[in-house]
Amino acid sequence: MSGRMRLPHGGQIDHNKPLSFTFNGRAYKGLAGDTLAAALLANGVHLVGRSFKYHRPRGIVTAGPEEPNALVQVGEDPRTDPNIKATQLELVEGLSAQPQNAWPSLEFDVGAVNTLAARLIPAGFYYKTFMWPVSAWKTYEHIIRRAAGLGRAPSQRDPDRYDKTYAYCDVLVVGAGPAGLAAALAAGRSGARVVLVEQDHLLGGALLSAAEEMIDGQAALDWVRAAETELSQMANVRILRRTIAYGAFDHGFFGLMENVTDHLAEPPAELPRHRLWKLRAKQAVFCAGAIERPLVFADNDRPGIMTASSVQSYINRYAVRPGKRAVVFTNNDSGYGAALDMTAAGIEVVAVIDLRSAPSGPLTERAEAAGLRILAEHAIIGTAGRKRVTKVRVAELAVEGDAVVGAVEEIDCDLIANSGGWSPTVHLFCHAKGSLNWDEEHACFVPDKAMQAGQRCAGSANGAFGLGSCLAEGAEAGTAAAAEAGFQAGAAVTVESEDRDFLPGRWIWLVPSDKPLGQKAKHFVDQQNDVTAADLKLALREGYVSIEHVKRYTTTGMATDQGKLGNVNAIGIVAEEFGRPLPEVGVTTFRPPFTPVSFGIFGGRDVDDLLDPLRRTPMHAWHERNGALFEDVGQWRRPWYYPQFGEDMHTAVNREVKAVRQSLGILDASTLGKIDIQGPDAAEFLNRVYTNAWKKLDIGRCRYGLMLGEDGMVTDDGVTTRLGENHFLMTTTTGNAAAVLSHLEDYLQTEWPDLKVFLTSVTEQFATITLSGPNARKLLAELSDAELSPNALPHMGYTAARVAGVPARIFRISFTGELSYEINVPASFGMAVWQTVMTVGERYGITPYGTEAMHVLRAEKGYIIVGQETDGSVNPLDLDMGWAVSKTKDFIGKRSLTRADMLKPDRKQLVGILTQDPQEVLPEGAQLVEQVLPQPPMPMLGHVTSSYYSPNCGRSIAMALVKGGLARKGETLYAPLEGGKTVACVVAESPVFFDPAGERLK
Amino acid sequence: MLLISCPHCGPRCESEFANGGEAHIERPKDPETLSDADWAEFVFFRDNPKGLVLERWNHAQGCRRWFNAARDSVTYEILAVYPMGSPPPALDPKRYV
Repeated sequence: MSGRMRLPHGGQIDHNKPLSFTFNGRAYKGLAGDTLAAALLANGVHLVGRSFKYHRPRGIVTAGPEEPNALVQVGEDPRTDPNIKATQLELVEGLSAQPQNAWPSLEFDVGAVNTLAARLIPAGFYYKTFMWPVSAWKTYEHIIRRAAGLGRAPSQRDPDRYDKTYAYCDVLVVGAGPAGLAAALAAGRSGARVVLVEQDHLLGGALLSAAEEMIDGQAALDWVRAAETELSQMANVRILRRTIAYGAFDHGFFGLMENVTDHLAEPPAELPRHRLWKLRAKQAVFCAGAIERPLVFADNDRPGIMTASSVQSYINRYAVRPGKRAVVFTNNDSGYGAALDMTAAGIEVVAVIDLRSAPSGPLTERAEAAGLRILAEHAIIGTAGRKRVTKVRVAELAVEGDAVVGAVEEIDCDLIANSGGWSPTVHLFCHAKGSLNWDEEHACFVPDKAMQAGQRCAGSANGAFGLGSCLAEGAEAGTAAAAEAGFQAGAAVTVESEDRDFLPGRWIWLVPSDKPLGQKAKHFVDQQNDVTAADLKLALREGYVSIEHVKRYTTTGMATDQGKLGNVNAIGIVAEEFGRPLPEVGVTTFRPPFTPVSFGIFGGRDVDDLLDPLRRTPMHAWHERNGALFEDVGQWRRPWYYPQFGEDMHTAVNREVKAVRQSLGILDASTLGKIDIQGPDAAEFLNRVYTNAWKKLDIGRCRYGLMLGEDGMVTDDGVTTRLGENHFLMTTTTGNAAAVLSHLEDYLQTEWPDLKVFLTSVTEQFATITLSGPNARKLLAELSDAELSPNALPHMGYTAARVAGVPARIFRISFTGELSYEINVPASFGMAVWQTVMTVGERYGITPYGTEAMHVLRAEKGYIIVGQETDGSVNPLDLDMGWAVSKTKDFIGKRSLTRADMLKPDRKQLVGILTQDPQEVLPEGAQLVEQVLPQPPMPMLGHVTSSYYSPNCGRSIAMALVKGGLARKGETLYAPLEGGKTVACVVAESPVFFDPAGERLK
Repeated sequence: MLLISCPHCGPRCESEFANGGEAHIERPKDPETLSDADWAEFVFFRDNPKGLVLERWNHAQGCRRWFNAARDSVTYEILAVYPMGSPPPALDPKRYV
């Protein structure tokens, strides 16, 4: 038996397929086709959680994505998901779910004392109470966040896989209810590529929950099956089930989340759990249906109080009786549908309480004919029952509908089905910035104009609530969408059905009670966030006028259900209180996602090693074999240092640094950006993009250049070589190569299209091996046919030759201050040449060095690194590099260098820093002050940009950007460090700490 | 995610493109003759209109070519794409107050 409240037959479930599951630690049975909510109700379980703020017992309210209460924690850590709606969760064998927000247990919750203290926790409580002192908020916040929150996040990384895919279609149809099916059929028959998206695993929408709708003279679900069969057979139609269209974005772009395996007890290993569809649709038809609103009455949140249509859903779709003795509370005709379906299912309907003074409508009349007790112009003014509703208190409405009069009748019941009217599901339409109109008659917001071309709503999502209208509108919208996408209509979709609306209705937003509002009873507007009508009125009394502010202050509509049930009621109550027409109050902004989506889909496969492309140099395997530790530089992975025989980093780097100065080091510099520049105007182009002069650079010579933005700030530097009259090779910093290339392309294409220049990235075409140290020339001479004498190949000279038998470009440039050669060979020869160099170099004690040693070596020479010494606010003069700035020609950013701001004497300028204690190494980023005060704040002069221990200088060295630094040489400054320590240091005469005359470069 | 028609490659997702800001801002021919204020106008100041914007785009992940586009900053509708150096085509943009 799958539960004592299960009907013996009927519904869209398999009575022969029982499934076991647990909830709150207890074992239950359900049926295949159930949602968790349906299976719980079949077992008579209504109490499923505690509310967010007051910890009140809460039950299942709906049968769909609008559910505010039945949020459960599913699965076991790490495969666990919080805040899953039991009303959407398909039952699967072995499912384990836990209630949330209940401690120590669902039945006995300590937090429920909040209910008693409710008058002490009004709207905006946290804002009001925890504002002072401001500095304590961090402490408060920590505690509040722990007490609040619904489910628990997994404690370990997600073991499941997720996927992403792109898709394109002519017509997207969202929702496979009657309107959506008609639209998909019409569009599909035209030959257009159609994607039909349905959040449920069954097509049919509201028809799945209806008792006895007819379409074209046959049972509605037979028509649904025929439509599904026809659509499945069309090659141009894709049906995505269990897929939520969670957001509509610009230019017909949609986000869909497909649930691929959650409904499978044993998911196949090859399938991802969820899949993100990034869909571009030329045309879209939104057929997302409508959501029934609950009524806002006193204590309307007890378990057993459900929307009328969801009661119908549980009876008709799931063959479950949600109660035995029911009261219906309605303000419109559709509530009577629940009364009739419950009667048919054997649930005793003891009374229908109708706010209308003269109930009428097709279902009302049938209920009257069936002899149901109807109390017209009456209201439920209170309910009783702790973990389940046990009775209602009913009284007659005053004529105005804002108070009750006369005697109070108490009626015993275990179920209240209530209906406050219907709201079209306009979310996607509004994500895409469609505008809404207020439909006075139906009391709901309906789509007005789509902002994006090719988007439209149909059916009850469009405010057409009758089944006949839904079918007709769907067919029409599908035909129109296909036509606009350029397809001729196929066979017409003509279907006939009854066209029953839910009118007439009487719209009372706040059902009166015999007690003052907010006293001894709560009128819940937003059950998930525990927002009551009294909270809304309090916000208005406190001066909040905009509905957006009311929302944020009270948090109404801000929970995971995003106000699908409560928002229109909240707007109605606010409008009434202000005495303004409801559309004037307006709606809050609809934002994606429609329902929560898993984080996993946005990562998809782009996690771990696939997060970002990893770039390795041709010699990477050698570095690995030789024990290099690596550091990431942009996407590149570079050797950081090569520890030997258990060396720590400090020892290894010192050894590498000394080896370069004493004999010979070798560096893999392949990652340096290389841009090949060709064309008759190449020299002129360089002249405009670099700060110094380029036109007279001789062939075979290299030059260092600084690149600025138009704001005058340094953006990159590097050495560029003239390979031929019209041919240059530019090098850029490793991390900046792509940015420099696009910067150059920008100017070339947009400012100076007259210049005949081509730019080509050749970074990965060459492997670059840097030999540096006093023995560099000797080694290279053994391996190369190049003429290497200082006269033939001087510092900043270039020659093409063979190295280790391979055609090579040899640049005599230095980033260490030593005699240095940068050798470019075709990338495919990089490893072979490197290995040859290593073998032959053994006799010179050739030492591979990594980026850390490179940094120390360049810092000893005061060479800057763009991005370390500069941060986008540093110009060449700040770097004391005026020598590299031409006074005579224009270049990008030149004019900015004479702006008043750039000439201020207190600009931060780059200086060398020497600590008084030579063994003390300042941390990079340390702030420098003139005078140490007992505690912060104290005036800060600047900060340390580079700091190392220099084995060649035998002491620590540093560079810093200091206000007016160039005029402070010899001054003593202080670096107050964390923990109260202060380091005294002196502004050096020059940031060049080693070989200031440059003798070693000669 | 915008759908942008590269004049050379056809319609592509926005993620292939880089936006280059306001179009038709020509680099001054002789910057040294400009006042600080006029130069700052060129370097720092941009319009932010509601409605028609003319802006530069680069098909960075495609053909790497720059082009201009006319876009409505309210609806995000792209009204035209046109080559660098050309004046914008005749348009009848929506007016917003």
